[in-house]
Amino acid sequence: MDAVVVRDIAKSFGAVRAVVGVSFSVREGELFGFIGPDGAGKTTLFRMLVTLLLPDAGEAFVDGLHVVNDYRRLRPRLGYMPGRFSLYPDLSVEENLKFFASVFGTTVEENYDLVKGIYAPLEPFKDRAAGKLSGGMKQKLALSCALIHRPRVLFLDEPTTGVDAVSRQEFWEMLGRLKASGITIVVSTPYMDEARLCDRVALMQGGRLLSVDTPDRIEATYDRPLFAARGSDRYRLLKALRAYPHAFSVYAFGDSIHYTDARETADPDELRQYLRARGFEDAEVEPIRAGIEDVFMALMQAQEEAHDGHH
Amino acid sequence: MAIIEVNRLTRAFGDFIAVKEVTFSVERGEIFGFLGANGAGKTTCIRMLIGLLAPTSGEARVAGFDVYTQPEQIKRNIGYMSQRFSLYEDLTVRENIRFYGGIYGLSNRAIKEKTAELLEELGLTGVRDERIRSLPLGWRQKLAFSVAILHDPEIVFLDEPTGGVDPIIRRQFWDLIYEASAQGVTVFVTTHYMDEAEYCDRVSIMVDGRIEAIGPPGELKRKFGVDTMNEVFLRLARGGAETAAETAAQGGGG
Amino acid sequence: MNAFRGFVLKEFYHILRDRRTLVILFGMPVIQLVLFGFAIRNEVNDVRVLLVDPSGDYVTQAIKSEVLASPYFEGVGHQTREIGIERTFQKGRAKEAIIFEPDFAHRLAHEGVARVQVLTDASDPNTANTILAYTTSILQDYRRRLASGPPGGVRIVPEVRMRYNPELKSVFLFVPGLIALILMLVCALMTSITITREKETGTMEVLLVSPLKPAQIIVGKVIPYLVISLAIVSVILTLARAVFQVPMRGSLTLLMLECLLFIACALSLGILISTRSRTQQTAMMVSLSGLLLPTVILSGFIFPVSSMPVPLQMVSHIVPAKWFLIIVRGLMIKGVSFADIWQETLVLAGMTLFFLAVSVRNFNDRLA
Repeated sequence: MDAVVVRDIAKSFGAVRAVVGVSFSVREGELFGFIGPDGAGKTTLFRMLVTLLLPDAGEAFVDGLHVVNDYRRLRPRLGYMPGRFSLYPDLSVEENLKFFASVFGTTVEENYDLVKGIYAPLEPFKDRAAGKLSGGMKQKLALSCALIHRPRVLFLDEPTTGVDAVSRQEFWEMLGRLKASGITIVVSTPYMDEARLCDRVALMQGGRLLSVDTPDRIEATYDRPLFAARGSDRYRLLKALRAYPHAFSVYAFGDSIHYTDARETADPDELRQYLRARGFEDAEVEPIRAGIEDVFMALMQAQEEAHDGHH
Repeated sequence: MAIIEVNRLTRAFGDFIAVKEVTFSVERGEIFGFLGANGAGKTTCIRMLIGLLAPTSGEARVAGFDVYTQPEQIKRNIGYMSQRFSLYEDLTVRENIRFYGGIYGLSNRAIKEKTAELLEELGLTGVRDERIRSLPLGWRQKLAFSVAILHDPEIVFLDEPTGGVDPIIRRQFWDLIYEASAQGVTVFVTTHYMDEAEYCDRVSIMVDGRIEAIGPPGELKRKFGVDTMNEVFLRLARGGAETAAETAAQGGGG
Repeated sequence: MNAFRGFVLKEFYHILRDRRTLVILFGMPVIQLVLFGFAIRNEVNDVRVLLVDPSGDYVTQAIKSEVLASPYFEGVGHQTREIGIERTFQKGRAKEAIIFEPDFAHRLAHEGVARVQVLTDASDPNTANTILAYTTSILQDYRRRLASGPPGGVRIVPEVRMRYNPELKSVFLFVPGLIALILMLVCALMTSITITREKETGTMEVLLVSPLKPAQIIVGKVIPYLVISLAIVSVILTLARAVFQVPMRGSLTLLMLECLLFIACALSLGILISTRSRTQQTAMMVSLSGLLLPTVILSGFIFPVSSMPVPLQMVSHIVPAKWFLIIVRGLMIKGVSFADIWQETLVLAGMTLFFLAVSVRNFNDRLA
């Protein structure tokens, strides 16, 4: 049985179509990621799945229960961590955890084994007010609180936003361990590089799903020639590549520039020579395999063009 | 000549030292990435540099002005854009530009000219009378940056300018940064995206109130024998991050 | 039930941790009571009075000495002719002039009527009214004593002054109003703020997803403020009694029950406001302008309802504090029984039920 099944779900706020006919399913025990920028519709989708918002159309089941009709029975089985770490800043670390345990009719002791790995680093600060914790620690506490009633499905809405790279990495390590304990985890993030850490991902933009699959298979869908170019004056190089007649897209990517050719096949030497002729003596060009971010941008571009075509 | 010169700059909050004897300089026209974990002391350091917070000890000059005695001159000569606050959502595009132009004492004619120029450049002429609230996040961010350099500052401070925006907009935003840099504006930027650290001419990584590494991204990667800035960052920050965050939280600085 | 107990406990933590608010909640009634009790008085002291007495007989002497013996008046001049009074007023040297007609005692004895003219500086109407009331009372007192006994040997009887001592009277009137105000503040304002705060921090999202029922969330939010309100009422009543000797002529139990009813009313208003506002700021603005202002202005707390223009009197009917004030004043000062206030109680109970029904209906167990 799938842990989450969603069919053609949609939600609008006035004229804004936040989620537009989305369908997908999440397998039991899977770590499933929604990747997309702010405003993609991730939060609205999550709120519908955790029974906080009523869909305008379509239906959804979580752990076999209908999110609208069975919401009372479903709620105790959900773990939910909203975008802002929802903690009580004036309560201590320990009081927060105890409170959320009591609200779900359980105790910290009963489920401590589940949160131990996450909560243990907070133990020395258990008397400190939650409002005075650092971002990374708040994140850990919020996750502990969302887990303390041993939910069947855990929804984490942008748990790593605004958190530094170190805390982000630690957080994903914790999610990996949680997954091993059998909990289904649905997580959203604006960071493309986090997609690789999920079993399967859904790329989301403008209220729609661009693609749903394993990171590997999504990356394999990139069907145009892709090169990484490096050179000393990056901004000039970027401009020169954009001026190349066959350029489909040119984006800065870490220490290199990703160049996609508009043709079916392309020769890196040809591009190299073009750059040499333009005065980039040291320019290197090499074919590379596309990453999630390349695919995401290509799909975004395609979607935008399709939209422009309609207008 | 360096546009930012910092020498043994220190700031304490009570017993807690948020920034410990930091020394570095930023060259004119440079894109300088200022990295660090949450609570490592970045925000405290930036606040001192933009004249919002007096240092406890040490020296710092920004655009030739002293942070102790000339904070007003500093404020006039820098641009600032933070993720949290940049534009008034209930004002229109044009009203926002007017407002910021007014703050920096631009004449009505200059504001008019700049507004037309800026709208044309960003392709926002069609929505100039729309409220900011109704614009897509990406447009807002680009507009916020342009407004931050409306008064032709010598240096612009960007505090996590690309948080949450989509990957294409993020790159378009960096095009603006490159553009500004090519025109001689110094860019001082913080980010949590490590691939963006690679776009900088030089970066510094702050850990526990100190600058643990500084240099061009390529040099730092060579030095640590790794392939990405992310790895450099994790190497440096991993040890110090939690303790730094803890003490930072205690002292109320970050 | 464990979940609910945990919830209430958490609410008490919030309240007890926020020392500043707690100090304000308990300090404010005390300060206001002291202000109304000592500082803000309707009566005036040492009114400068000009006495004009052409006859100078034993009756006018007696009245004059009584006026001057009163702590409220201070003689600034005595003359036998009615001249220069206008100048004295204009220069501000006197606030009042008491002018006896010639042959005062004679006329009183033979015609049974003697006239006294009392002029007051009415540029400050409130003061003028008060002065006039004092003067009239002294004169009437004197007349009453003339009627009951032989003239002469007039003494000042202290009880007479006490009866008109407005300083006690204003505190009598203000204590019930103060109770209404504080209860509105604590119950409506604080409840609406604490619920909207959870919306702002996002914790409400988690609470809604939890097995807690909306009714449990509401009741859990409300209980601590109910306890605090009752504590504050006790503080006010004790203080009023100990320091200002405000009487408690009716049943204390009935008073507490009526307070409880009013608290319930204010709490439901607070919940109603919180269901309609997204931010603490909105909740505060709505509570202040929609609840506290009417409680102060339209309830009869400061301005008597009977002296309001008719449209405002109509509006005052929907202000719960107006009915509560009638009940509390009746119970404390007049010592009435339930039979005299059951109608007001019924109105208040009806309002409470209405607000409660609307707010529970509006409290959604989903987001917006």
